[in-house]
Amino acid sequence: MELNSLTAHALIEKLNKKEITGQEILSALNSRIKDVDSKVRAYVRVGKNTEFKGSEAGGQSNSLKGIPVSIKDNICTEGLNTECCSKILEGFKPPYDATVIRKLKQSGALIFDFKTNMDEFAFGSSTENSFFGPTHNPWDLDCVPGGSSGGSAAAVAADEAILAIGSDTGGSIRQPASFCGVVGLKPTYGRVSRYGLIAFASSLDQIGPFTKDVKDSALLMNVISGYDPRDSTSANLDVPDYTKSLGQGVKGIKIAIPGEYFIEGLEPEVKSITEAAINKLKDMGAAYKEVSLPHTEYAVPVYYIIATAEASSNLARFDGVQYGFRNTGNNNLIEMYKKTRGAGFGEEAKRRIILGTFALSHGYYDAYYLKALKVRTLIKRDFDEVFKEFDCIITPTAPSAAFKIGEKMDDPLKMYLSDIYTISANLAGIPAISVPCGFTKKGLPVGLQILARPFGEETLFGVAHCYEQNTPWHDMKPKV
Amino acid sequence: MAINKQTVEYVAHLARIELQPKELDKLSRQLQDILDFIDKLNKLNVEKIQPTSHILPINNVFRQDIPSESLLTDKTLSCAPGNKGSFFVVPKVIE
Repeated sequence: MELNSLTAHALIEKLNKKEITGQEILSALNSRIKDVDSKVRAYVRVGKNTEFKGSEAGGQSNSLKGIPVSIKDNICTEGLNTECCSKILEGFKPPYDATVIRKLKQSGALIFDFKTNMDEFAFGSSTENSFFGPTHNPWDLDCVPGGSSGGSAAAVAADEAILAIGSDTGGSIRQPASFCGVVGLKPTYGRVSRYGLIAFASSLDQIGPFTKDVKDSALLMNVISGYDPRDSTSANLDVPDYTKSLGQGVKGIKIAIPGEYFIEGLEPEVKSITEAAINKLKDMGAAYKEVSLPHTEYAVPVYYIIATAEASSNLARFDGVQYGFRNTGNNNLIEMYKKTRGAGFGEEAKRRIILGTFALSHGYYDAYYLKALKVRTLIKRDFDEVFKEFDCIITPTAPSAAFKIGEKMDDPLKMYLSDIYTISANLAGIPAISVPCGFTKKGLPVGLQILARPFGEETLFGVAHCYEQNTPWHDMKPKV
Repeated sequence: MAINKQTVEYVAHLARIELQPKELDKLSRQLQDILDFIDKLNKLNVEKIQPTSHILPINNVFRQDIPSESLLTDKTLSCAPGNKGSFFVVPKVIE
């Protein structure tokens, strides 16, 4: 078996037994990227003869020694281009490492020197809004990989990466994980430091892992989680060894199934595949019951007010002054700002910034932003109520499998509605994982989403691992 | 809630984004659709509900007033499209 198609834990075992070297892993990946990335386009700013190298610092722990990790283009890596797949950050080489990068380097991991593709500034659910063009789903190159972390998801699915990192604000890890048939986790808000993540929505963003299986996800979470004094929203709580949650089985686990996630809008094939997965868990000793999350229908409108409002504030810094692209030949500063931002931002970025600015503006703030924050309280309460009695909640990750490239680009609202099942977890700050649970008749992956209470990642790993180890999905690979 | 082209133009000015006429047309229509969808929030009476702007129960996160490492000038300016000495250079700010 090619080294690039193995999991990190399998490679670590081989490295420890001195059966292989780190260089051999890197060579296998480079070979694979040369073979398929011209079709998949998981990576950006890559030339015909690019050789991926990894950069590392001395390891304190060696848990990921020798393992390359691919990084989404919105996470700062010192000296390596980080552009959020936007023209406005053209040429930006951060002068510092994000905390997750520092932690990965300390674990001995190799940080790939080229980044994975994404929707510009994480605005999107398909990776079609990238300045560099879309990534193609390895299971069907005419389809999107999902977004906004489509590049990271596709790279792992196509064995162009061993491990990858993405970010999730409204589903941007879980939905592409579902579309690409890999494991994607959004940690509890505050579990992983946001320092060095180029911010989209500061109260919603989290960095998280893309992996080929649940064990790798636990390994990666062990490395990247933890309190960071540089992130004032970082939770000052110990990080357990997440690998200890694996192999627990699901006997006695109480699963809640929210009725609101199984109504019209959910494709029938996805519905039946999800129901089969839930029954599989029941066969293994879990119990499930239908519950209500009554404010589910308000999640998408609430999100598109709060996230865009926060984005309008976070993206105010991109003005051509300190970094990135600047429109030149202007007579004054305001003209420079307007022309730089007008030319530097893509269509979706402009749409969201303007919507967010509107929601915060005088006369509309109460009706939109303040109202959305209050409904957010109600959404969080729905989850708190359910978690009083249940260990986890299970839903489909997305209402459909991957759609065709170009299919939803003319209708922003249609695109926004594809986030319907993932958004609530960001609003409530709870952790959620997507694991592969089957394929449609057209051969496209379907993901199962498991949600837990705040800092309940151990429950997610336990349930997800049990399901995965008793099903064949994680061993299946696309033919690229 | 109706949003017309003048409002979009004004908001774009607040956001310091120059929109081309075609963009302004398209955006106004799309934003109207999105706002119509968002209006479903009006079904809810949330008068007595506290807003959640931040999901974790932490606040007033301070540190000791002790200087530690900071980004040096040359590194900070290294990304700038225009710089001179220890300054960012920009077009005229004041008439």
